[in-house]
Amino acid sequence: MKAAIIVFPGSNCDRDIAVSLKKISEIEPLMIWHKETSIPDCDVIVVPGGFSFGDYLRCGSMAANSPIMLDVIHKAKKGMPTIGICNGFQILTETGLLPGTLIKNDCLSFLCKTVSIKVENSNTKFSNLYSKSEVIDIPIAHNEGNFFADYDTLNKIKDNDQIVFKYCNNSGKIEKEFNPNGSIENIAGIINKDGNVLGMMPHPERATCQLSQLNDGERFFNSIAESIL
Amino acid sequence: MKINVKIMPKSGVLDPQGKAIENSLKQLGFNKTGTVRQGKLIEINLQEKEGKAIKIVDEMCQKLLVNLIIEDYEIIANKEE
Repeated sequence: MKAAIIVFPGSNCDRDIAVSLKKISEIEPLMIWHKETSIPDCDVIVVPGGFSFGDYLRCGSMAANSPIMLDVIHKAKKGMPTIGICNGFQILTETGLLPGTLIKNDCLSFLCKTVSIKVENSNTKFSNLYSKSEVIDIPIAHNEGNFFADYDTLNKIKDNDQIVFKYCNNSGKIEKEFNPNGSIENIAGIINKDGNVLGMMPHPERATCQLSQLNDGERFFNSIAESIL
Repeated sequence: MKINVKIMPKSGVLDPQGKAIENSLKQLGFNKTGTVRQGKLIEINLQEKEGKAIKIVDEMCQKLLVNLIIEDYEIIANKEE
């Protein structure tokens, strides 16, 4: 199994993703520079976190127009499992592969901490080893993680069961006070209607090693491996 | 020809930066300050006549400069340049 990890100028979670994919799920990572025009044969695409193009203009807006993204969009539309984490989530919304967008945190500060998130949908390629309503601890690190969608888009997302993760407290309570960034309905991660493109602000790759004392991200990577076997 | 693109957050979209500015202004004693919104201005030089330039900049807005989910834009041609 192989994963294509797209690397932009300013990506900084690409290596963490590569290590997690290799160590946890035995998926061979291929680092693909954004100026490439085609993605080699692979089973999953990952758009990693970071500050692509210095977050200029809008987070993810320039990266969404990098040459490689044409092939990412093409493959994702054909059903390729595709994941965007943090800046990768912002990039995927800018391409239109995922609905909504991510705006500045309502607290106006960069947030870097571990948060509890609730698995709202465990019936996806990326969350199938979690139980529904399970609470997991995953770090966040972002300035623009405030998910926003207009009323109609949000209703569609809800009707299609596209919300995968929501911010909550450690007992799974979803309230405004446990929402770190002002995201609409505490949304931390969503999937597209077809179920093959996932975007999430929390970093599962930062919850897969003993040093971080967090391991809830491991099942994220194992879910992917099992679903693409 | 110089074209300016004024980009503002759509009404109804949370604008925490505008809100922070509003609070600061009030703290400074500008008591009559109402709602403050923060946007951005992009200046583009284009070697085209006005009509064509506006058309091209509109395409730029749709493709890159503006996120239509959260932002509105206005294209302003600078007649003096």
